Amino acid sequence: MSDIWEGLVAGFWLVASLDADLVEITLRSLQVTLTAVVIASAIGLPFGAWLAIRRFRHRRAAIALLNALMGLPPVVVGLIVYLLLSRAGPFGVFNLLFTPTAMIIAQVIIITPLIASIAHQAIRDIWADYHDLLISLSTTGGQRIRTLLWDGRRALMTASLAGFGRAIGEVGAIMIVGGNIDHATRVLTTAIALETGKGDFALALGLGFVLIGLAVAVNLAIHAIGRTESEGKW
Amino acid sequence: MIRLLTLVLAFCASSATAETLRMAVTTSFHNSGLSDVLLPAIEEDTGITVELLIVGTGQALRLGEAGDVDAILVHSRAAEEAFVNAGYGTHRREIMYNDFVIIGPQDDPAGVNGLAAATAALSAIARTKSVFVSRGDDSGTHKKELALWGDAGVVPEGAWYRPVGAGMGAALNTAAAMDAYILADRASWLNFGNKADLALLFAGDPLLFNQYAYIPVNPQRHDHVKADLVLALEDWLTSAPARDLINGYQINGETLFTFNAIAPAE
Repeated sequence: MSDIWEGLVAGFWLVASLDADLVEITLRSLQVTLTAVVIASAIGLPFGAWLAIRRFRHRRAAIALLNALMGLPPVVVGLIVYLLLSRAGPFGVFNLLFTPTAMIIAQVIIITPLIASIAHQAIRDIWADYHDLLISLSTTGGQRIRTLLWDGRRALMTASLAGFGRAIGEVGAIMIVGGNIDHATRVLTTAIALETGKGDFALALGLGFVLIGLAVAVNLAIHAIGRTESEGKW
Repeated sequence: MIRLLTLVLAFCASSATAETLRMAVTTSFHNSGLSDVLLPAIEEDTGITVELLIVGTGQALRLGEAGDVDAILVHSRAAEEAFVNAGYGTHRREIMYNDFVIIGPQDDPAGVNGLAAATAALSAIARTKSVFVSRGDDSGTHKKELALWGDAGVVPEGAWYRPVGAGMGAALNTAAAMDAYILADRASWLNFGNKADLALLFAGDPLLFNQYAYIPVNPQRHDHVKADLVLALEDWLTSAPARDLINGYQINGETLFTFNAIAPAE
């Protein structure tokens, strides 16, 4: 119990003193995860909408596969991305291993199925309401997807935030492809793993509270920007 | 989308400067705190920023084989020599040593404290079936532990033997929680913050000698390896300033590492 208290105190002092290393790894966590969320949303949201309105032969199987991919084990994704980006691998010449870019690639792979899957569920419900209208206006597929994405933006924000939640707390994949290099690829989660390994539970826990606080702050900020709770906007 | 990707790539390309060198090191090198002392000095004296990948010896050698790092600093002689002989590294340069110690519960149920030899200590642990945590991760410490079991003539098997497949710190955490015996390097143990009811019970057997060596990755296999920086780092690691820093590094008044690099025969 005293460890948890010490962790809270350590976390408080880290934030209160604006520790330079803490600021650095926190910003890197945000940079990597927000970039991954933007890219994954740009892929996953339109794909989810497309999957909702398009009828094709193996649609059921595609949806089942997409849902299953939500549970992609990050460690496996990390290992595969590592082998692809390694100097001995097919993309070795780009020299991307152990860079933030490698971490972003791994996170995009992990969260795109999650975002697409939640987006698909949400759009499917809206599509049921909009189906007759959009068909009778003889809209093109692209117009339908755009309309559904815009009118479903609130639910889609939840999809993106779910992706953010999974990515910001992820450690297995980014540890392998990022390498947890100080001042280069160390982020909050890998720093927590490192401090735990040193037996410094107070600092590890302190970083953990910073991470939780960061996730809460980002979610609040997104809601404030989107003004989700204001009447008439939605 | 493509514009965004280009931006991200450009950002990362600009952050990778020419004077950066990647070195895979064992967990003990970092967990002991020595890297925090050496890296700033290296940067100041040579201008080289060393990026550390903290992994077990097995993984460090794999990173070297694939050419994902420029040099490695590990502690498992047989594996290192195989690495160099296979042409993955140019040569092996001994830098410093410390020793392995046997850690265990303070009340010492196996009676390890005071025994004459490390093999006798392990035999006692096996005989009393006291819980023993093994790294189980193909690291230098793990290889050493397996060699010691071999020397003791014991095949470690059964519910008392727990390979955890983790780094030194994580394995020590597990041992602390289970009140178990464990083989650790002295530096990691001294710098470990969660000792709980564990204590250092056995040390001093020459068998427990732990040599660290530096191996440059072979530039003939991987032409992107920064061979000149790697050589500059080797020169620094074997120099007088390195000797003073390594020999002078202490925790609670105990010296952790002893510098033993020899100048190359001219």
